[in-house]
Amino acid sequence: MAQPARPRAAKKPAPASAKASPEASAKSGTGSTGETALPQGGVAGDDASFALRSLQQAHANNKRFDASDEQLLEFYEQMLLIRRFEEKAGQLYGLGLIGGFCHLYIGQEAVAVGLQSALTTGKDSVITGYRDHGHMLAYGIDPNVIMAELTGRGAGISRGKGGSMHMFSTEHRFFGGHGIVGAQVSLGTGLAFGHKYSGDGGVCMAYFGDGAANQGQVYESFNMAALWKLPIIFVIENNGYAMGTKVSRGSAETAFYRRGTGFRIPGMDVNGMDVLEVRQAAEVALEYVRGGNGPVLLEVKTYRYRGHSMSDPAKYRSREEVQEMRENHDPIDGAKAELLKRGVTEDKLKEIEKAIRARVGQSADFAESSPEPELHELYTDILVEQY
Amino acid sequence: MAIEIKMPALSPTMEEGTLAKWLVKEGDVVKSGDILAEIETDKATMEFEAVDEGTVGKLLVAEGTENVKVGTVIATIGGEGEEASAPPPAAKAAEPVAAAAPAVAKPAPAKAAVSAADPEIPAGTPMVSTTVREALRDAMAEEMRKDDRVFVMGEEVAEYQGAYKVTQGLLDEFGGRRVIDTPITEYGFAGIGSGAAMGGLKPIIEFMTFNFAMQAIDHIINSAAKTNYMSGGQMRCPIVFRGPNGAASRVGAQHSQNYAPWYASVPGLVVIAPYDAADAKGLLKAAIRSEDPVVFLENELVYGKSFDVPAMDDFVLPIGKARTVRPGKDVTIVTYSIGVQYSLEAARVLAEEGIDAEVIDLRTLRPLDKAAVLESLSRTNRMVVAEEGWPTCSIASEIIAICMTEGFDDLDAPVLRVCDEDVPLPYAANLEKLALIDASRIVEAVRKVCYR
Ligand SMILES: Cc1ncc(C[n+]2csc(CCOP(=O)(O)OP(=O)(O)O)c2C)c(N)n1
Ligand SMILES: [Mg+2]
Repeated sequence: MAQPARPRAAKKPAPASAKASPEASAKSGTGSTGETALPQGGVAGDDASFALRSLQQAHANNKRFDASDEQLLEFYEQMLLIRRFEEKAGQLYGLGLIGGFCHLYIGQEAVAVGLQSALTTGKDSVITGYRDHGHMLAYGIDPNVIMAELTGRGAGISRGKGGSMHMFSTEHRFFGGHGIVGAQVSLGTGLAFGHKYSGDGGVCMAYFGDGAANQGQVYESFNMAALWKLPIIFVIENNGYAMGTKVSRGSAETAFYRRGTGFRIPGMDVNGMDVLEVRQAAEVALEYVRGGNGPVLLEVKTYRYRGHSMSDPAKYRSREEVQEMRENHDPIDGAKAELLKRGVTEDKLKEIEKAIRARVGQSADFAESSPEPELHELYTDILVEQY
Repeated sequence: MAIEIKMPALSPTMEEGTLAKWLVKEGDVVKSGDILAEIETDKATMEFEAVDEGTVGKLLVAEGTENVKVGTVIATIGGEGEEASAPPPAAKAAEPVAAAAPAVAKPAPAKAAVSAADPEIPAGTPMVSTTVREALRDAMAEEMRKDDRVFVMGEEVAEYQGAYKVTQGLLDEFGGRRVIDTPITEYGFAGIGSGAAMGGLKPIIEFMTFNFAMQAIDHIINSAAKTNYMSGGQMRCPIVFRGPNGAASRVGAQHSQNYAPWYASVPGLVVIAPYDAADAKGLLKAAIRSEDPVVFLENELVYGKSFDVPAMDDFVLPIGKARTVRPGKDVTIVTYSIGVQYSLEAARVLAEEGIDAEVIDLRTLRPLDKAAVLESLSRTNRMVVAEEGWPTCSIASEIIAICMTEGFDDLDAPVLRVCDEDVPLPYAANLEKLALIDASRIVEAVRKVCYR
């Protein structure tokens, strides 16, 4: 005989309320300015209080961070340190002192410096992918231990066991350094979960690429981060390419700042070649996130001058394209020009350049001369405890 | 004819429950979807609804009765215009089916079709020195020329010509319809490939490396491997998942892992891990033609090595057959993939010491060619397994189990395994070298099993 009856859940769900609760109450002061002025795309248009583009508007109203001369000088120094460090790393790779994959951050310096200068080291957290040297330097981590990790020495920040892609500094709350594209987005969301859970007031900044932005776990994380109003800033470093794939060949929606719309995450479109614009965007985003409103998505438009990794011939783009970015949009040149305009002398800048070269040279010497890990290290750090 | 309504099982583990409340009474007319009763399990209260139309006859179990066994008749419903008939006398709990089933002897697995030996290579066939990379590409190109259902999909396979240049030239020859660049979305495109295969196409899904297939392993195992079985042979998933596997060079822990034992543990998959160019070509062609899902594990470190490949129109090798790459009489070294290179090096060193080692390349890891392993063991009586991968739960473990259970009487010494160290792969050059297998470790193990 056929199954006579079929079970079903006893309790019918209460009818869903017709409208999602308005978010207006949660908006911070900067939040609601421009919403009505913007054309409604129809998607969020039926909910006037839902201000997806309000942060963008706040950013547009006041694009550049009002940096003091000292601040700008500091940003300049940090960016220059990253540039020179990466150039040196490229040289050491060529000499065979660095092996495996090595992804340089040259061209993207303003992103890490602009954003991380707005964070509180030790309270907020940062996580990124394998292109991680710049984020570490921007957080003030000692170049010696970074370079020594690149050369696989015992004095490296991961004792030589991680390499270029896998570096961490829990002291700085810098959580890596991850080789699997997209993984850091869920992990960062977990760090943000921890900030909220423990009420420590911290915010997580999770960086990922335009290519990584297509991984499924990114959207699973977006949903949970927004649902639970987690304190996280998702940063898409859109450098135009994922390995050899130009953004338009890999993404149906190339305006990445819109990628959070379906999860009610406000997005911002940021010029990543100007450190002050990046910093200002961080200010806007942080105010919103620290206000308990949940995540923000920053699309920071930038450019990598070098190949994807050291072994990429980068035939998928023209020399002219790279040249154009270098000559007309370089973040370091831009900061330098502004410093000169503000009256900082050429001599002062030369002095800085010299000091940074010396610092980087010193890190390379350290990385070359310090010994490889001791052999017994092969078997340490697998598990924490003994069983 | 009255319909018996039985106590339903409302969860996979429910054996009995409480009939909490009747929502109908005798004589009520019910239609499909009407709720008959509320039933409590240990986990929840569930509504129980009618699927048939008719008039409620007798309610046989009173409201509030606890411990009503699943299958007990609790009510009857008369068909349309029909008086509910009296209940069958003494309705009792139905016997659980399993208990009633007679014990059956475990059936022997279906005999595998005798797989063919490697094809004869006609005398005079020219040999062409070919890199493994080219051999793989040639295999794909030949099968794509023959069969329009075959296509290649993956990250950087088309315009970039492959991250490791294995798909070089395919876009030019076959165009964008059949050589398809994907975004970095392994889970998505492994699923799309599996679905396309279920629908009748023959996808080759390239993973940039198998490390990234971890994002997609659910589709490889839950979607591709189990479909044929779950559908009773109705629905197939003829797909090839391929890409480099195992340690490359100094790319660190997240990019250096041998997944062969993982996939080889899954019934429903075919797993192939060739070493040289001829095997790569012949087996990839066989994999593409197979009606089963195949995991095809390559090795980046041998992509650039050249080997002789017979210049034949259609060089296809049998899946499931090991190959003796070096005959010998004193000891057997069983290995696969890059392990073959180290084992051959070791055999050369051993020959100088007067130990004549036989080297067997498994080539296919699932189904595993047990017969070849046991046959060799029966002649040499000593065995070492060399595997570039972790020792625990490895292919080596499997070979050792086979020798213990089926070759015990042939063993003159315990089978030893030479595997990577049981650690995540470190980046530092000296530690990496220490962690990976090499010829000298194989030599040492062979000396041990030969009591030298
Ligand atoms: C899951 C996974 N798939 C593929 C790769 C190989 N891979 C490493 S980086 C990369 C491109 C990523 O591009 P994007 O996210 O734009 O970051 P960018 O390198 O431009 O900083 C790819 C495909 C990987 N590491 N992990
Ligand atoms: Mg990119």
